[in-house]
Amino acid sequence: MINSGDTAFMLISAALVMFMTPGLALFYGGLVRSKNVLSTILQSFICLGLVSIIWLVYGYTLAFGPDVSGFIGKLDYLFLKGVSMTAPMVDTQTIPHILFCAFQLMFAIITPALITGAFAERIKFSGYLLFTGLWVTFVYLPVCHWVWGGGWIGAMGALDFAGGTVIHINSACAALVSAIVIGKRKGWGTEPIIPHNIGMSVLGAGILWVGWFGFNAGSALAANGAASMALMTTHLAAGCAAFSWIVIEWLKHGKPTTLGAASGAVAGLVAITPGAGFVDPMGAAIIGIVAGVICCLAIGLKTKFGYDDALDVVAVHGVGGFWGSLATGIFAVEAVGGKNGLLYGNPEQLWIQFISNVAVIAFSLIVSWILLKIVSVTTGLRVSEEDEVQGLDLSQHSEVGYII
Amino acid sequence: MKKIEAIIKPFKLDDVKEALNKIGVQGMTITEVKGYGRQKGHKEIYRGAEYVVDFIPKVKIELVVDDEQSEKVADAIINAARTGQIGDGKIFILNVEEAVRIRTGEKGTSAV
Repeated sequence: MINSGDTAFMLISAALVMFMTPGLALFYGGLVRSKNVLSTILQSFICLGLVSIIWLVYGYTLAFGPDVSGFIGKLDYLFLKGVSMTAPMVDTQTIPHILFCAFQLMFAIITPALITGAFAERIKFSGYLLFTGLWVTFVYLPVCHWVWGGGWIGAMGALDFAGGTVIHINSACAALVSAIVIGKRKGWGTEPIIPHNIGMSVLGAGILWVGWFGFNAGSALAANGAASMALMTTHLAAGCAAFSWIVIEWLKHGKPTTLGAASGAVAGLVAITPGAGFVDPMGAAIIGIVAGVICCLAIGLKTKFGYDDALDVVAVHGVGGFWGSLATGIFAVEAVGGKNGLLYGNPEQLWIQFISNVAVIAFSLIVSWILLKIVSVTTGLRVSEEDEVQGLDLSQHSEVGYII
Repeated sequence: MKKIEAIIKPFKLDDVKEALNKIGVQGMTITEVKGYGRQKGHKEIYRGAEYVVDFIPKVKIELVVDDEQSEKVADAIINAARTGQIGDGKIFILNVEEAVRIRTGEKGTSAV
């Protein structure tokens, strides 16, 4: 039965999650050089168009349509046919089916947008659009179905409250492969490539933080205690991670930085995502503190292994997401989300978390690689060297971000 | 006539301007410039990556005075702009062959 309180809360949550994508656009936009600010913002923003169309036509039904052997959804909801505005999707839900569909769409939009941080400042817009369309179709939709749509990972008992596996680990794997396939930016490692507007990035991170309340609390799908706990765990993890990141910076480099605090907050938000509705406040704080430390240290991986993950998607979303998912298996408390983790006598949960993530990592790495190869022989992936030096704003879109 | 070009730390501009006004200097031109001398640049850190920025902001003051005044002007700039730290800047004194005031056509020191 539809509950108006739950419906009101979920309408707001869906709107909050939608706002994360323009927030991400600002976060990423500030971190690139000024000649690429608009192209970077657009790569996030256009997902609101592209993914929405895919979702309407076949996306929602492949992710959430009636299950076919644990792998994909049936085509019952093609063009959102039969997605009711008066009845819930299933009896256990209390919100209109169309609202559930809209809420889930916002997750599908931000996930490919997260990947853009890896290949920022060098990808061709046409190649980007093709890759994103293919990636949503062949990677996001199946993984989403596996975890949330009645698929095999959900059936295995894996815990992913708001998308640690589906969104963060999944997008970070695609980010890693695309950074490697597309190659390093010209001048990477030899000349300084520095952010052009950290204030813009902090504003974006702030919007993400607010939006994340809809992301995580909304994943309770009702205005209830679970949503309240998820909001609190989300906030605590983000705050703790912002703090622990700058402490590590201070110790390692002698100065705490604004970008470090903003990055730490995002890392904490990522890490708490899978466990937001399963852990208690103390668990959340520990998840956040550890996320700030390990994500900050993981930034060094790209220099060590020589891949140009421009805006650190792998270190923040990959490492943070993987830690958060395992931590869910460690800190889950029955009193909060109905499942115990390792710390409360259920070591098996940690194993399930591990297996489900390894499966998604392997799938996402391989399929993303294949898709990138397809795009590279069709539209092409990378702009010419001349266009890259000129900046993507002018070379891809004939506009500039700043006229001063 | 001499042209005096002084490159100083930006935060010393007000002090220098005041010192020059005190000794009767009528006007000056300033430019925001970037550069480095022996002190080199500064370090910036973004997500743990350290970048050395070679060119650091400075202010260049240009003014033209008659020959006798140039020494006094240089001393005033030195006194006002000196912090004793590395990177305080430089003063260059050049010969000027002619000066013309556009409005009136006056020439020489009266045009300055």
